[in-house]
Amino acid sequence: MISKVEVLETNKMIQEENLDVRTITMGISLMDCADGNLDTFNKKIYDKITSKAEKLVKTGEDIAKQYGVPIVNKRISVTPIAIAAAGCDTDSYVAVAHALDRAAKEVGVNFIGGFSALVQKGCSNGDVVLLNSIAQALSETERVCASVNIASTKAGINMDAVRRMGEIIHETAVLTKDRDSIGCAKLVVFCNAPEDNPFMAGAFHGVGERDCVINVGVSGPGVVKKALENVRGKDFETLCEMVKKTAFKITRVGQVVAQEASRRLGVPFGIIDLSLAPTPAIGDSIAEILQEMGLEYVGAPGTTAALALLNDNVKKGGVMASSYVGGLSGAFIPISEDHGMIAAVKAGALTLEKLEAMTCVCSVGLDMVPIPGDTKKETISGIIADEMAIGMINGKTTAVRIIPVIGKSVGDMVEFGGLLGYAPIMRVNPFSCDAFIHRGGRIPAPIHSFKN
Amino acid sequence: MKGIITVVGVDHVGIIAKVCLLLADENVNILDISQTIVQGYFTMMMVVDASTAEIPFEDLVVKLEEAGEEIGVVVRLQHEDIFNTMHRI
Repeated sequence: MISKVEVLETNKMIQEENLDVRTITMGISLMDCADGNLDTFNKKIYDKITSKAEKLVKTGEDIAKQYGVPIVNKRISVTPIAIAAAGCDTDSYVAVAHALDRAAKEVGVNFIGGFSALVQKGCSNGDVVLLNSIAQALSETERVCASVNIASTKAGINMDAVRRMGEIIHETAVLTKDRDSIGCAKLVVFCNAPEDNPFMAGAFHGVGERDCVINVGVSGPGVVKKALENVRGKDFETLCEMVKKTAFKITRVGQVVAQEASRRLGVPFGIIDLSLAPTPAIGDSIAEILQEMGLEYVGAPGTTAALALLNDNVKKGGVMASSYVGGLSGAFIPISEDHGMIAAVKAGALTLEKLEAMTCVCSVGLDMVPIPGDTKKETISGIIADEMAIGMINGKTTAVRIIPVIGKSVGDMVEFGGLLGYAPIMRVNPFSCDAFIHRGGRIPAPIHSFKN
Repeated sequence: MKGIITVVGVDHVGIIAKVCLLLADENVNILDISQTIVQGYFTMMMVVDASTAEIPFEDLVVKLEEAGEEIGVVVRLQHEDIFNTMHRI
């Protein structure tokens, strides 16, 4: 029998500590929509998405009512368009992005991911068309998210793609400069991209996945922060135990929601993504957790260790709570979506270089980082290359979602609005990497022994 | 299907009556009630069987919420599974 204490504890987490299910994401394969004619292809994908996801939003809302826990986002991921649309006789996939946007609006989801390409070893024709379409697609659509996997531990780093992504990010920033270059907030560059990630902007439905699947992303940094307040000054064993126990409870909520969504929609359950995802709200921050551990600001010495233990213990607690774990599963450390991270940048405690070090021990990478609009394309590529190298060598997922805000410079504030938040523009190392980026070609896959 | 109802608010006459009448109207059986008053605050937990209810669970959630608003207390109905999964292995 459930005790009153347990009931009140759960409801306190929901009402006061921002416990929520961050996203129910329906993965939909578009493989069977292939067609030589672009218009026919667009009609097929629109029809498939709107029929599969017809009840997604309503079901999410009903489940939220049933359990009394908010389900913040309902979203869709689809087969990377570079693969699904490869058979189309066209030199632009912008019309495909519009079809995805329309489908997302029709079913009421706020984002649809999968305007994507996997080019870690090289670009096929479809990949080239997709890359060339990204900037325009993101500037003309509202809900479409793009991602490009340009490196992996097995394949190495496609440095031609690294160079190209620097150009594409710059181009996207320019095309959306009237909205603080927000197009770049919908574009992620990956190393070792997971195929079942429910979180945007990097979600896509991998080619090894079934036709339709439900993946769920949990959240709850506020719950972890509150729990850690109870072990202030205690040793690391106590600290780690507390993180594990809390992560277990948070993940169980995701598990029950995922199973119910799967049952109601008649779609198999894929995975729970254990990521702690912050929002700009007070009390919903990863940085606050690290500060609660004993750091004055994120970025202070000790930050990487604190983040490593947080990430590891969230996984240890979460893995037992769910039957299938996947996706990104780690702590997100976006700048603009976490008020503690924003405060750290403002205080001068957190630099881009320290942030890069932090990405070695957690997912996902340099996330929602605004940089000066006059940053050179090659420099953006250099930042990407560094992050890809971290992922490739360490066998983990890393990503870059960086926003050169046209017309703004270091210290200026930028406001993206909503869950995307706000942030000060961060300083970028001014020294050149042009010659390195212009070499072209690939960095070969790393050796898997002699790990030092 | 079992549900857990929690009622929290400033104590006054008729809180239990209001909630119980609504449940009776919707054909929901009450299995257990526990209630305390801490510093003037009324806290009640009820276990109910919602499987015989005349209306869908989600609608019952909304009805109870509205009934609570009428008398100035917060009434929540949640499926018991959220508590079972979180607190039991």
